[in-house]
Amino acid sequence: MKADTPALPRILLLACGALAREVIAIRDANGWTHMDLHCLPADLHLRPSLIPDAVEAAIRQRGAAYDKVIVVYADCGTGGLLQARCRDLGVEMIPGPHCYAFFDGLDAHAARAEAEFTAFYLTDFLVRQFDAFVWRAMGFDRHPELIQMMFGNYESLIYLAQTDDPALDRMAEDAAARLGLRYERRSTGYGDLPAVLSGLSAALP
Amino acid sequence: MSDDEIILSELNDDDLVQQMMDDLYDGLKEEIEDGVNILLERGWTPYDVLTKALVAGMTIVGHDFRDGILFVPEVLLAANAMKGGMAILKPLLAETGAPRVGKMVIGTVKGDIHDIGKNLVAMMMEGAGFEVVDLGINNPVENYIDAAKREDADIIGMSALLTTTMPYMKVVIDTMKEQGIREDYIVLVGGAPLNEEFGRAIGADAYCRDAAVAVETAKQFIARKHNQLSAG
Repeated sequence: MKADTPALPRILLLACGALAREVIAIRDANGWTHMDLHCLPADLHLRPSLIPDAVEAAIRQRGAAYDKVIVVYADCGTGGLLQARCRDLGVEMIPGPHCYAFFDGLDAHAARAEAEFTAFYLTDFLVRQFDAFVWRAMGFDRHPELIQMMFGNYESLIYLAQTDDPALDRMAEDAAARLGLRYERRSTGYGDLPAVLSGLSAALP
Repeated sequence: MSDDEIILSELNDDDLVQQMMDDLYDGLKEEIEDGVNILLERGWTPYDVLTKALVAGMTIVGHDFRDGILFVPEVLLAANAMKGGMAILKPLLAETGAPRVGKMVIGTVKGDIHDIGKNLVAMMMEGAGFEVVDLGINNPVENYIDAAKREDADIIGMSALLTTTMPYMKVVIDTMKEQGIREDYIVLVGGAPLNEEFGRAIGADAYCRDAAVAVETAKQFIARKHNQLSAG
């Protein structure tokens, strides 16, 4: 007699748009076919206070069709409000202050905080979108005098690289030069994200 | 010169002030400096120029930032324009004995280099008649406490942009309690990831959502302090 294989719970990964490529890559590499991805606009980061409401709205709109929802956001500047909202809604989210932290490795990132607090971080996404999310969003194309006002206290730009792509490396180095910052590349891969997603998806809803 | 270019010196006072508020909104530093000089030449007191043109204009900018109409770059440009006007007015304000409301030491907490919000608050506090001692960025607890004592400050203001650095505000407040000086100062906190609940939890007197709220809150606490002193 053939044993019944229990069906895997259907999981919705509700993610920041800045993580779309990475989450898909991790999901597909692990064969997590029971997970669907829905992304919210990455530019919510320009107004982090809007993130909790946007996440809740998406959960209410889409969550009922799934056994479990995982919010693939870190705190992302919400000052604990996203975590509180997720707790109220009974869903889990990614730990840590920012996506930089879990790509860098949460513990390692925290340990380096004191030495790197004058560093500005880019991920693969932010390197690709540097012009849209930093240069133009901050008005540097129209008002270069703002660069000093906003980045004058930074000393370095650290590119936390999820992939080995020489083109992205060159773009990141160029971004550092445009901001007047020392450049460093750190190969992180996906850091803690695969393990965190695996752990959260395995836990009971 | 285009036909519709506005000559500031040809405007009457009301129109000029209105135009300066528009120019501040648009971050036009040179125009603000010109406007300030014209009003001073017309006999306005430095205090009136500051409050009726610059602070009033910057308050509108603050409201529109709060309401999502303006973003950080526009606010920074406006602040830069106001700074240009303030540079002209500041020495004159000292000479003319403008009202002095109270004294604040302000700084961004240890481990944090973000100072846009802190600079805005410092400027608006100065505009409202407070003397401001700016401690800059990355301040350990002793910087706040030493400066507050040395300057005989009324208010300690702390700012943080990062979720990871905002807990340091509690370190400062707890140290003040340990030293028995917590009640000697009004402690105001602010920064993008903060909220009222956090301000209460760490024992601050108030969380201030933006620069305008910081000014109003500071004024209220100072008035309360004066009332208590006069009652005592």
